[in-house]
Amino acid sequence: MRRRKERIDRGIKVRSGDVFALCSWREMLYLAAPRMLPIVGLLVLSLALSVYWQRVLLSVSVFALLAISWDILAQSGMISLGQALFFGSGAYLAGIMNHYWGWPPAVTIPLATIFGGLLCTLLLTPVLRLRGIYFSMVTLVLPLMLVRIVEATRIFGGTEGLSGLASFPTRWVEIYLIIAALLAALFGFRRLMDSDFGLVLKGINDNDRSVMNAGINIYWFKIQALFIASSVGAFAGAFMTHVYLFVGMPVFALDYSILPIAAAVVGGIGTLAGSTLGAFILVPLSEILRGLGGLRIVFYGLFLVIFTVALPEGIFHYVQRKYHQFERWAEVER
Amino acid sequence: MLANTFVYGFVNSIILVLVALGFNLTFGISGVANFAYGALYILGALLSWVFFNTIGLPYLLSVLCAVVLTAVAGELMYRFVLLRIRGMVLSEVIATFGIGLATLELFKYLGFIGFEYSLPVFVDTSIEIGQVVVDMQRVFIVIIGIAMAGFLWFFTHHTRTGLRFRGIAQEERTALSLGINSDRVAMLSVSFGAAYAAIAAIVILPLGTINVEQGYSVLIKALAVCIVGGLGSTGGLVLASFLIGYGQTITVTYLESHWVMLVPLIAILGILIFRPSGLFGEQKELEERI
Repeated sequence: MRRRKERIDRGIKVRSGDVFALCSWREMLYLAAPRMLPIVGLLVLSLALSVYWQRVLLSVSVFALLAISWDILAQSGMISLGQALFFGSGAYLAGIMNHYWGWPPAVTIPLATIFGGLLCTLLLTPVLRLRGIYFSMVTLVLPLMLVRIVEATRIFGGTEGLSGLASFPTRWVEIYLIIAALLAALFGFRRLMDSDFGLVLKGINDNDRSVMNAGINIYWFKIQALFIASSVGAFAGAFMTHVYLFVGMPVFALDYSILPIAAAVVGGIGTLAGSTLGAFILVPLSEILRGLGGLRIVFYGLFLVIFTVALPEGIFHYVQRKYHQFERWAEVER
Repeated sequence: MLANTFVYGFVNSIILVLVALGFNLTFGISGVANFAYGALYILGALLSWVFFNTIGLPYLLSVLCAVVLTAVAGELMYRFVLLRIRGMVLSEVIATFGIGLATLELFKYLGFIGFEYSLPVFVDTSIEIGQVVVDMQRVFIVIIGIAMAGFLWFFTHHTRTGLRFRGIAQEERTALSLGINSDRVAMLSVSFGAAYAAIAAIVILPLGTINVEQGYSVLIKALAVCIVGGLGSTGGLVLASFLIGYGQTITVTYLESHWVMLVPLIAILGILIFRPSGLFGEQKELEERI
């Protein structure tokens, strides 16, 4: 007798997909719980954690933002291997504005977000015509090149970087700013990707030729997606500059490119929540493994390989399936 | 000065050809962009160092072992990882990048850093070409570089396996229907690329030390040459190598050595703006494929 696994939607999923969901607390909770979980969880964590782990939460949120920005690009058919470019340009812009002109974080962060996004978009626009790996190659090269430029020309503090930058008033401002930003990015961009605009972006990923055939200028859409994604990355960078009170060559380091990709792959590509989940797993893990030093990056590399081969859908999709569906063994009819 | 620039630019260009050949071979045939290429390069060098210094084999034998083992590493990488995700560009890039990253960082962690990790030069003399003094190692680089490019051409045009390579490069399904096992050939192409990386490392690295960071810069060099030349085109690869190689040498001589890394980037941006397919990038043309 041969059996196969059968997946069926849970009754509650079907019911809550309808207007009747509004008649029952249980259905409402079923819909609301997954959405409330990150909001409540982040707020509780921010209050419950010790000062040290609050710093970890900060870097978790920053990497989650970078992973979201990577995921937006990946959903639009652009595989970036250089999130450090976005992070670094945001960080440097904020640092420059604060160090040379003495502007406070309240001004530098928004400006660095917008101009960092514009700068990265400008840098990458010439290569937008490239598809697939060709684009990845250029994104891999760019941050490494920018480090060389800073090193060679000794601009912006050269190898020593700019230090002694302005900090946030209190650490509570820091933590709630980044949590608010993360939640806004998570829910806002999820909505965006579900809108018609997002549909076009996903279409470009699936088959760019047929999107062109539909009379849509895909390059304009790609530029917009790139601007959105790089602004998110630049915000993360600008924020971190004012947390570390320092900006230097390490902001273009490989960590900022690898960890977001690893987070998105582990969590699950295609849903921004997956990337966030991945960051919430990997960053604390790497904090626990801090004693291992350089070996951590080895583990990230291995995570990338294992998850792409063994669980390509990622954790989030797996959990989502369990939440919405149940499985049972059914006999195969001959 | 001018003669100096000419000779050293030539050597530099051949170095780029050597570095890019393996990457280009793998990509041109199996379509897999092997982002673990830099790791394989360093692996080849370190293996031959270990065989020569730790185990104490004769140099030639240790080189041979290193090349073979690197090729095996490439083969294993294909069999256990790439085979399962072939054709999914995103997964291929992420997985090979992950492998390369893990390998390089593992070497760094294990402490393969320092001056003692250097490979011996083949013959420790120098000769004079015109008025320029060139050490023998650079002469060897030029000879071996040209020989390897020539061998690749001969191999892909006049041997059975090589013709199979070009077969799946050109049209994989048709090749399948003619009884060519495309997975096997793709595996061979990855391991050939790995062997080429090892040979390039063993020939080039005696000029300096085995530095794990070079794994990244080698990958970038190979990528730059392949993008400028048009991925999968050997003629374009050679031309792009000479373009970037001379560009770098001229930069070092007349500007500053810091700017060297910018030459490939400028070349990439320039070529993408003016000729997005690369110099000779006509992907579907049989002759240009490998």
